[in-house]
Amino acid sequence: MVLPQFEYIQAKDIHEACNLLAELDDAKVMAGATDLIPPMRDKVFSAEYLIDIKNCEGLDYLEYDEEEGLKIGALTTLRTIETSDLVKKVNPAVAYAAKVVASTQIRYKATMAGNIANASPSCDSGPNLVAQGAKILVQGPNSDRYIKAEDFFVGVRKTSLEPGEIITGIVIPPVKENESVAYIKHAVRKAMDLAIVGVAVKIKVEDGICTDAKIALGAVATTPIRAPKAEEVLIGKELTDDVIIEASEAAMNSCSPISDIRASKEYRKDMVRVFTKRAIKQAMERL
Amino acid sequence: MKHKTFISLIINGDPVDAYVKDNLTLLDFLRDQLLLTGTKKGCEEGECGACTVLFDGKPVNSCCTLAVECNGHEIETIEGVAKNGQLHPLQKQFIEKWAMQCGYCTPGMIMSAKALLESNPHPTELEIREAIEGNLCRCTGYAKIVEAIQAAAADMNWEGDGNNA
Repeated sequence: MVLPQFEYIQAKDIHEACNLLAELDDAKVMAGATDLIPPMRDKVFSAEYLIDIKNCEGLDYLEYDEEEGLKIGALTTLRTIETSDLVKKVNPAVAYAAKVVASTQIRYKATMAGNIANASPSCDSGPNLVAQGAKILVQGPNSDRYIKAEDFFVGVRKTSLEPGEIITGIVIPPVKENESVAYIKHAVRKAMDLAIVGVAVKIKVEDGICTDAKIALGAVATTPIRAPKAEEVLIGKELTDDVIIEASEAAMNSCSPISDIRASKEYRKDMVRVFTKRAIKQAMERL
Repeated sequence: MKHKTFISLIINGDPVDAYVKDNLTLLDFLRDQLLLTGTKKGCEEGECGACTVLFDGKPVNSCCTLAVECNGHEIETIEGVAKNGQLHPLQKQFIEKWAMQCGYCTPGMIMSAKALLESNPHPTELEIREAIEGNLCRCTGYAKIVEAIQAAAADMNWEGDGNNA
């Protein structure tokens, strides 16, 4: 099936891309295009113009420093992230979440920035970024800024990007000593499947007591969401099995997912309980 | 609004210049304009992997790639895999091990496997299965495909050692 007509524009740099995006009616930004071409073919949405940012310099990087953490460029592919020894070492949850997206072929083109810009409720990159307090770096026609990951997702396929704004990178704070992260995706198949539930956890444990906890859930609401009641259960306590079970039940009770082709509402809620427990335990094992 | 773009790329080692519609996928460009019909059209959604080609050596779904994106890049399709009339070890072993039945997924499987073996000459079974996770086969149950890739890896390593000796 032929794609609907559009004009393809290769932006020379990010400023040109932002200006074009602001000036042109009905323009979309593309990098890997793997979340753009299939829905355009299915006429889920259309665009008069596709602005390709792949040739914009300075957006393909993967760096880490102990102050700011992991810095991922807008053009850095999920394949680069999943295979990076650096990412596996400093943030195994992020490496895993990159690896469980779609297939090898898709991940060679797809970027983490595109995964979140698409803002699918089940996107695998979202929960970690929310749980770990990541910043989304954004360039607009006149200025740049950052958006907290938690404020980035607004609804199904809706983000807080303003007209003309393009993601340039993602900064994920360092996982310090006494801290640990985990993400678990629950899906029927190992590849080419969307999450029924995704649970991301970041915990801090000092002298046997959990002093900080962040839990984010994917695929159970229109956006990735925090589970503050579950976090409260953990904070200030020793992470015994009873405490973890109580937190998992709080996470289950804090979401109201929908029933769809992948799972019923009841099953999703129960899986939030199961996978919150497993994610906390996995994070504890990594401490 | 312009709808066509001039592109210049390398396909299976040969330079190709073309004037293509902006909305033309790499898959349709290969099949309909260059008549390289070895690359198969399956789902057209990036799900099945039948259309897998190598883009600068990396496996991608040609149905989810625009022809204009390939300007200045190198594409390898199944037609470029056999060299000097000699089948590639992967092709030989797919035949030898009966790793195909209807054959529709085979070109994509071989391209994914080729990308794997070029970056990882000694893959584990798990690594092979992960490399073809985006290639659906509804006939074989994958066991024979995995065996063929393992055997091809062994052949290629043997050839490599032979050259070094």
